[in-house]
Amino acid sequence: MDIKDIIKPENKVYGKTPVLKDAVLHYCPGCSHGVVHKLIAEVIEEMGIQDKTIGISPVGCSVFAYNYLDIDWQQAAHGRAPALATATKRLMPDKYVFTYQGDGDLASIGTAEIMHACNRGENIVVIFINNAIYGMTGGQMAPTTLLGQVTATTPYGRQADLNGYPLKITELIAQLEGTCYVTRQSVQNPAAVRKTKKAIRKAFENSAMNKGTSFVEVVSTCNSGWKTTPVKANKWMEENMFPFYPLGDMKDR
Amino acid sequence: MALRGAIVVDTERCKGCGVCVVNCPTQTIALSKEVNSKGYNFLYMEKPENCTGCTNCATVCPDAVITVYRVKI
Repeated sequence: MDIKDIIKPENKVYGKTPVLKDAVLHYCPGCSHGVVHKLIAEVIEEMGIQDKTIGISPVGCSVFAYNYLDIDWQQAAHGRAPALATATKRLMPDKYVFTYQGDGDLASIGTAEIMHACNRGENIVVIFINNAIYGMTGGQMAPTTLLGQVTATTPYGRQADLNGYPLKITELIAQLEGTCYVTRQSVQNPAAVRKTKKAIRKAFENSAMNKGTSFVEVVSTCNSGWKTTPVKANKWMEENMFPFYPLGDMKDR
Repeated sequence: MALRGAIVVDTERCKGCGVCVVNCPTQTIALSKEVNSKGYNFLYMEKPENCTGCTNCATVCPDAVITVYRVKI
C-alpha cells in the first residue's frame, strides 16, 4: 500500500488540536512544557470548555503560555497565580480556572499563595511543573533541586547543610483539607503522557463539581538547565527524580 | 488484519529533540541529515513500511508537529 493512500483525511487518528494555536513554542527542544500544554489543550477540546476556561500563567519559562492555548488568559505576578485564580473563580464560578506554574514560581516565591489557596479549598486546578531547576534564568538551584544536583548556583552539587533539603511541596499540599485530588505524574513516554492526560481531565471535572482544589504535579525535564540532551534528560529524570518524587495519586476523594 | 500507518511531520516546526525516535516501537522514524530553516535536524520516516500508526511519536511530541494516519488492510 502506498503512503499516499494512507495519508487521507478519513484515516487521520491523531493530530494537533485546534485549541493549540499555530504559534511555534519558544521552549527548548524536548521541553516537557510543550507536552503538558498539548495535554491541557486536548482535555479542553474533549470536554468542550474552550470558551469557559481561564488560565493563569506564571512567571518562568511558561510565562508565554497565553500565546499557545486559544483560551482566555491572565498573567500573574511571580508566584501569585493561585491568588489571581481565587479571585477569577469567585467572580465567575461557572468558569473553569486553572493555574500553570513551575517549581520556582509555585514552590519558592509562591509558597504562601499556593498553601492558602489549597487550604481554603478554592475550586481551581493547579498544574505544577517540577523540573528541579530555574530554567528561564539560566539553571539556578530551585527549592526542588535534588541533593547533589549540579546547578549554576550549586556548582559542587546541592548540599543539605548549606542549601537545605529539596521541598516535597505536593506531599505538603496533600495534607491540606481543602484539596480533593493531589497527584504526581510525568510525561517522558506515551504511557506516562496518557496517565497525565487522565489526571488533568479528572482535575478539570473536579473543578466543575466544586469538590475543592485539584493539584497535578508533573515531574518534568529541563535539558538545557541540566546540560544534557532531551533523551538523556528523560533517563536522568527516571533514575534520579522518580526515587525522590514517586509518581502516583496522593489523595483522591 | 494488519495495520498500516503513516505520519506527516511539520518539518518547519520540528525541533529535532529525538524524544519520538526512542519511543517508536517499530524503529520507523529517525532524524534527517538535512536541517530546516532554524537548523534543526527534523523528523522523517526512515522505514515507512514499518509504521503501524500507533501514535506513540505524536503523543510524546512536545511541539505537536506529528499527524498520524492509520488504515486497516
